[in-house]
Amino acid sequence: MNADIRPIRTPAEQAILASLGGLPAGGDRLADLRRAAARSFEEHGLPHRRVEEWKYTDLRTLMREAVPLAGPAAVAQADAAARLLRGVEARRIVVANGAVVPELSDLAGLEEGLRLTTLSAALASGDEVLSRLGGILPGRYDASLALNTALAKDGVVIVVAPGAKIERPVHVAHVFAGESAAASYARSLVVVGAGASFTYAESFEGPQGLAYQANAATEFVVGDEAHLDVVRLQEDGAGAFHLATLLFDVGRQAQVHAFTLASGAAVARTSLYATLSGEGSAVGFNGASLLKDRQHNDATLFVDHQAPGCESRELFKTVLDDTSRGVFQGKIVVRQAAQKTDGRMMSRALLLGDDAEMDNKPELEIFADDVQCGHGATCGAIDDELLFYLRARGIPLTEAQSLLVQAFVGEAVETVEHDGLREALLERAEGWLKARG
Amino acid sequence: MALLEIDNLHAKIDGEHGKEILKGLSLKVNPGEVHAIMGPNGSGKSTLSYILAGKDDYEVTDGSVSLDGEDLLEMEIDERAAKGVFLAFQYPVEVPGVATMTFLRSALNAQRKKRGEEEISTPDFLRLVKDKAAGLGISQDMLRRGVNVGFSGGEKKRAEILQMAVLEPKVAILDETDSGLDIDALKVVSEGVNALRSPDRAMIVITHYQRLLNHIVPDFVHVMHKGRIVRSGGKELALELEANGYAEYQQDAA
Ligand SMILES: Nc1ncnc2c1ncn2[C@@H]1O[C@H](COP(=O)(O)OP(=O)(O)O)[C@@H](O)[C@H]1O
Ligand SMILES: [Mg+2]
Repeated sequence: MNADIRPIRTPAEQAILASLGGLPAGGDRLADLRRAAARSFEEHGLPHRRVEEWKYTDLRTLMREAVPLAGPAAVAQADAAARLLRGVEARRIVVANGAVVPELSDLAGLEEGLRLTTLSAALASGDEVLSRLGGILPGRYDASLALNTALAKDGVVIVVAPGAKIERPVHVAHVFAGESAAASYARSLVVVGAGASFTYAESFEGPQGLAYQANAATEFVVGDEAHLDVVRLQEDGAGAFHLATLLFDVGRQAQVHAFTLASGAAVARTSLYATLSGEGSAVGFNGASLLKDRQHNDATLFVDHQAPGCESRELFKTVLDDTSRGVFQGKIVVRQAAQKTDGRMMSRALLLGDDAEMDNKPELEIFADDVQCGHGATCGAIDDELLFYLRARGIPLTEAQSLLVQAFVGEAVETVEHDGLREALLERAEGWLKARG
Repeated sequence: MALLEIDNLHAKIDGEHGKEILKGLSLKVNPGEVHAIMGPNGSGKSTLSYILAGKDDYEVTDGSVSLDGEDLLEMEIDERAAKGVFLAFQYPVEVPGVATMTFLRSALNAQRKKRGEEEISTPDFLRLVKDKAAGLGISQDMLRRGVNVGFSGGEKKRAEILQMAVLEPKVAILDETDSGLDIDALKVVSEGVNALRSPDRAMIVITHYQRLLNHIVPDFVHVMHKGRIVRSGGKELALELEANGYAEYQQDAA
């Protein structure tokens, strides 16, 4: 029996339920998926602290305001809002308030082996590739993903043909543009064929003063021996809710690396689910979060080793100033068949503010006997000995602190392979430190 | 007026029950002079060097230190460096993620800025470091790495001397720069230090062994014991200590 009886709906939940009420009846597999997702939300509502995976990010308490679904953004406004990663040589797609803005997107002149379309176009034409959508299941109920499944109408659909080496990254720039708070949902699908290689970047930004909600989910289907790099920059506005879900299905001997630099939003939760379904793959999921004021940032990972001989590495760095709060939850599951798994997970936090707080929850669940798995978490202030050494050479206190924080963050950012994106992220991190003064 | 004047310095470990380490230490250092401070382990040599550099693990309870007539103890750590105090650490720390070049450049420019001088240009800086590094046998690869990261004990000491050469201090304090060096490395380091001897620069060379002083010949030798200087003399005092050891002082202590 479910003892969790909750008759009272919060205003935020009521607004979401009103949005869900508009779902049409009938239709195909995707319509069924949407309705199932909506029903699961109706049943569970927003997750709260008694839901294990949301223990440290009680969305029911944090998300107070009821906001309507976002309408389309004006092109000029979206253009002005999309500032991030402009200097990086990439194919740029702008997604404003959850919808692709064709006027601002580089959809033509595609390289051989690259297919790129919008989710709305794919839905309208009944595109065959959509049979892959919703195919990667997180293995547990996830409210943020359920809402995305139910409500997202647009996003990007990318198919990289087997063997294709696409040099130029695709950059999906998510923006929120509007005068009043609203909720936007974007869903994307990236299918990387066997032996192909591809770099996918995404950024998030919006106005500072609004409690808008940006919910984005992307599914990555990575073929055998494929190589995928995902580089993310989250700088949503200081009042925003950022809810992101990344789902990976990784084939045999594939290589996947994903990195997120996050410094935005009032409340951010990024959930990453990876299923290693083919033998001998190597994945690295890394991130750095730079937090200040009362920001709340949650990075939750679930890596499921289903096939033997795979390697997974996670390194997350969190810098916490003021009264910010960071959460790292990492779970590695090793199924019985996944012998010779090599999994390592590390979370390191640097506390700059006396009242900042970091919660680390690493978990290992191992059903195979011949595996190497480990996890660790550290949490501390800047090392006084290092600080003294730098100052003894004439470097003033704040500059010395900046250099050391930058070095701390740099270790994670350096794992980004693409030169232009890595430099851009390092610059953003440096900017954050400079603004701190 | 001496360049550096330490007068009756008393200091203890910071904290309520911190033990007293320096117990009335006095020393005058003029420009161009090289002073050696020798003494048994635990006599407070490193503590003295840390207090001069400004480490806040200690509390000065009495006495004074002046640099060019200014109160050194009132200055911030980085201000002391900009005014010309340099400490070559006994145990240089590793700073992962901060490249040696970035570090040197930040330090040099911060000092210049504080002194109201212009920042050094990139080509000038690169040339400066390249010249000084070559003489000390420091490779380009070491310069690209994080400060001291993965350096051997000897490499760390050479890197300290490189920093000193680039920063051109007025008063250099070398804390056991010879420890952990083999004879060849000792020669390289000593030559590096000797090259920096100048009429405007003073050095305080802290060492446990006389060996270093064959290479860096001091003008004065002081014996430190239990937090104060118990004997001073010329360079021949070092030889005497080498012959007799510190037994004489340790007996006093008993
Ligand atoms: N930060 C500290 N905390 C506690 N004890 C210290 C500290 N620094 C020095 N000491 C103690 O002070 C004494 C002098 O140490 P030090 O200055 O390192 O001597 P030396 O360099 O001559 O060997 C030793 O007994 C040492 O243990
Ligand atoms: Mg010592």
